Amino acid sequence: MTAIAPAADQGSDDAGQPALRVADLDVTYRVRGQSRLALKNVSFEIGRNESYGLVGESGSGKTTVALALTRYLPRNGRVSGGSIGIDGADPMRMGAHELRELRAHKVSMVYQEPGKALNPSMRVGRQVAEVYEVAGLSKSDAAERAAQMLGKVQIPDPKRVMERYPHELSGGMAQRVVIAMAIAAEPALLILDEPTTALDATVEAEVLDLIASLRAQLNTSVLFISHNLAVIAQMCDRVGVLYAGELVEEGPAAQLFAEPRHPYTVGLLRCIPRRGQRKDHGRLDSIPGFLPEPGHTLPGCIFAPRCPIAEDQCRHAPPPPFTTGERRTSRCYRYQHTADLPRNTPVDVELRAGPEPGTDPVITIRDLSKTFTPTGGPVQALRGVNLAVQRGETLGLVGESGSGKTTLARVLLGLTSPDPGATVEVAGQAIAKDAAHRTRQQLQAMQIVFQNPDSSLNRRHTVRQLISRPLTKLAGLSGPRLRERLMDLVRSVRLEERHLALRPRQLSGGLKQRVAIARAFGGGPAIVVCDEPTSALDVSVQAAILNLLADLQAKEQVTYLFISHDLGLVRYLSDRIVVLYLGRVMEVGPAERVFSGPHHPYTEALLSAVPSLDGTRRSRIRLSGEIPSAADPPSGCVFHTRCPRRLASGICESTEPPLAEAEPGHLISCHIPIDQLASLQGAEAVS
Amino acid sequence: MAIYLLRRLGLAVITLWLLSVIIFFAGQVLPGDPGRAILGPFAAQSAVINLDRQLGVDRPLITQYWTWISGAVHGDLGISYQYRTPVEPMLVSALANSAKLAVFALILIIPLGILGGVLAALYAGRAVDRIISLSGLSLATVPEFVSGIVVIVIFADGLKLLPASAYPGPGASFGTQLRYLILPVVPLVFEFFGYIARMARAGTIEALESDYARTATLKGLPRPVVIFRHVLRNSLLPTITVIATQVGYLIGGLVVVETLFNYPGVGRLIYNAAMSKDFPMLEAGVLTIGAIYMVATLIADLLNTGLNPRLRTGVAT
Repeated sequence: MTAIAPAADQGSDDAGQPALRVADLDVTYRVRGQSRLALKNVSFEIGRNESYGLVGESGSGKTTVALALTRYLPRNGRVSGGSIGIDGADPMRMGAHELRELRAHKVSMVYQEPGKALNPSMRVGRQVAEVYEVAGLSKSDAAERAAQMLGKVQIPDPKRVMERYPHELSGGMAQRVVIAMAIAAEPALLILDEPTTALDATVEAEVLDLIASLRAQLNTSVLFISHNLAVIAQMCDRVGVLYAGELVEEGPAAQLFAEPRHPYTVGLLRCIPRRGQRKDHGRLDSIPGFLPEPGHTLPGCIFAPRCPIAEDQCRHAPPPPFTTGERRTSRCYRYQHTADLPRNTPVDVELRAGPEPGTDPVITIRDLSKTFTPTGGPVQALRGVNLAVQRGETLGLVGESGSGKTTLARVLLGLTSPDPGATVEVAGQAIAKDAAHRTRQQLQAMQIVFQNPDSSLNRRHTVRQLISRPLTKLAGLSGPRLRERLMDLVRSVRLEERHLALRPRQLSGGLKQRVAIARAFGGGPAIVVCDEPTSALDVSVQAAILNLLADLQAKEQVTYLFISHDLGLVRYLSDRIVVLYLGRVMEVGPAERVFSGPHHPYTEALLSAVPSLDGTRRSRIRLSGEIPSAADPPSGCVFHTRCPRRLASGICESTEPPLAEAEPGHLISCHIPIDQLASLQGAEAVS
Repeated sequence: MAIYLLRRLGLAVITLWLLSVIIFFAGQVLPGDPGRAILGPFAAQSAVINLDRQLGVDRPLITQYWTWISGAVHGDLGISYQYRTPVEPMLVSALANSAKLAVFALILIIPLGILGGVLAALYAGRAVDRIISLSGLSLATVPEFVSGIVVIVIFADGLKLLPASAYPGPGASFGTQLRYLILPVVPLVFEFFGYIARMARAGTIEALESDYARTATLKGLPRPVVIFRHVLRNSLLPTITVIATQVGYLIGGLVVVETLFNYPGVGRLIYNAAMSKDFPMLEAGVLTIGAIYMVATLIADLLNTGLNPRLRTGVAT
């Protein structure tokens, strides 16, 4: 919380009135003739200049809160009880004119996808200027103010950016524009609904820094909605935890995350790999069961069915908010017992053999380059990649979007053919570049788990068909042996027999991803590419999937190529890490060495962009600007344009550093010698 | 951009040529021969043969086609078999008539369709939407010759308000011409209203539910500004493209209405040419409509590119 201004008292005239007061708010959606309560009895306040975080998983009602506050619920939703006070005024009791005034001056909102929040057929500048036009400024004055505002959100050359259309901006830039529009009217309340979820970690860090610095300048209270606990921990003074439409716990951020007082909060926090936690240190905990069906009402506590410490009382009467400390409440009868909540998943892991040292690598890549040639000119997506991965090893691939992670995976799978001269060997044998020319054994050897199980599973097939297909096509099984292996797979991904007859749409996201994993393992692969396998899933489900991947690896000795933008996950699961930037390998080495450093300045920047739950950050080096275009990569070291440690001698601009062994098994592509990197980065970490 | 245009034009020429071949050979499948069609069933066989020879239709098909296509390439569309006069002036005057009908129809169809669609979208799910959507769909399913006859029976024969024929004769004033065109336009409006309204409705609903419409509303902009500046600008883009495509379809679809209302346009010209195996006339008429169709589609694509900033830069780079 270093970057955030303390919740200072503002002018005395405002002191009596909180920026937002929500009291006993109920929101009901009408779905197919039935009323479903989406928010129940939600009460919270945000003080002047305070930043309040709302966390919860999908379906918890976070966004419904935001929509209710701005009175923008979909037509089938309505506020069915309670009251809202924004600066003392209730949007539910307003006429059209008052409501418009409220939206123009008192409350504004930023949401997840910046690209969609801007009108695609209107120049950016005009869209920002509109806010001032509403306030009564002339067109030219409004444009002038818009330019100033864009400067304030640290957009370089605002006048030029104003002439652009939204699609000509990068995601981070577009989100800055949206933020500029939102704060232009200096609203009393700024609602940020997952403002950085769609952005790269490095861009996210920049946008979060921007929001923090704007808060220090403006007299604005913030409601920050996110599923990412670490982002909330970093950005907010106080936090409310939403579960199935109810605010189950509330309190100051640091205290709440350090000593949660509701079993749900405890469970959520245990699902996330803490800094340094790795798969061989033990399993992540998970939360059993599922969210209650929407509209389903329970006589007692809504979390009771999933709670390991629930008692009779919990199942009969809903718990009131108990005061558990200064400004802290928890809707749990047993809040004093949450600290020693029993685990749902046993911590012990089966002994893993780990990567077998000294054996021949299961996959070897040599001189792999990939050049795309769109109309604009050639784009080098990968350049000169050499890798060897052992049996049973997990290789983590990290880098910003556009770094070549997915292209590398696609080339290995034979979905994209590399430039001539590259070799891909599986178990010592060169394989065809194009999947269509590979033999059954070669296809069998390599499988993939995609990011989004919704689009990767055929909707018309049942789970049985989906999992059987690789068994018949790749493993060549039939009859009783097919059935035996099918049930074996189903059990090992912890699905149940009753799921076999269902189709993907009848399954939750986590179950779908289990099906996808079973499908990938069906043919008995040697290598499984996991391309962001949990980024479409909720935290509690993600933990279960990560445990599953770790268990399967221990059992079947498969090799994983694990792609993720979440460095915490990569660290948890990977044995070795490859850091890619503009299609080049910047660093490769054992996971712990790469993470603990000394590391490549790019790795350093990636790591320092990750917000952590305890609210502290080791070092604060920031990448400035966006990743350069791969069509026109910088000269010398491709990272020099953004490198915080660029050498004054000019060698970084002129010569590309080789990927050289800095210590055994740890290769870094940087002109700075490793001992110097160590002292630079060590010094930074101490200060 | 220039390369794109050249490619499109090249494709258009090839398409038209293929079209001419298909029409020519399809025309041969029709029973009877041109001489008989012109001279009537009671003329002597010798006279028919004589006429066929004069027209040149007794020659091998390839030769006939070659004579015609080499003339057409040089701008000579040939002599009509039926009328024994050059095709071109007749075609031009028929085209002018058809254009009058089409323009009048479009002037009614476009605003009505868009207005209906936008209204339906703004009141989606309510009575206004149901009425517009349902009537649009039902009217579109009624064939033109049915709706055309119904309006003739009611307004021309029954109430005697308007003429049943569409053509007031040469030299009529603008007002008179317009009055004569009212009835023929009705079936065309019926045919196209539902389609355009549906496109406009779908586009508008999508834009209304978009994040940028939400952004605009939450800026505190008045609702009309949100709708005109943010919603319609994006929602009508696909609709405009559809309309431009429909223009080509409309011109081709005039055959029924022109025949029904006895209106001397291209549609009726083609119909008569086909009936009497007047091959040069048929070819010229169909190719003209084909060309119009292709130009309309090209304009639709260009409009789409021009109005959509995303595509605009895509073409420029």
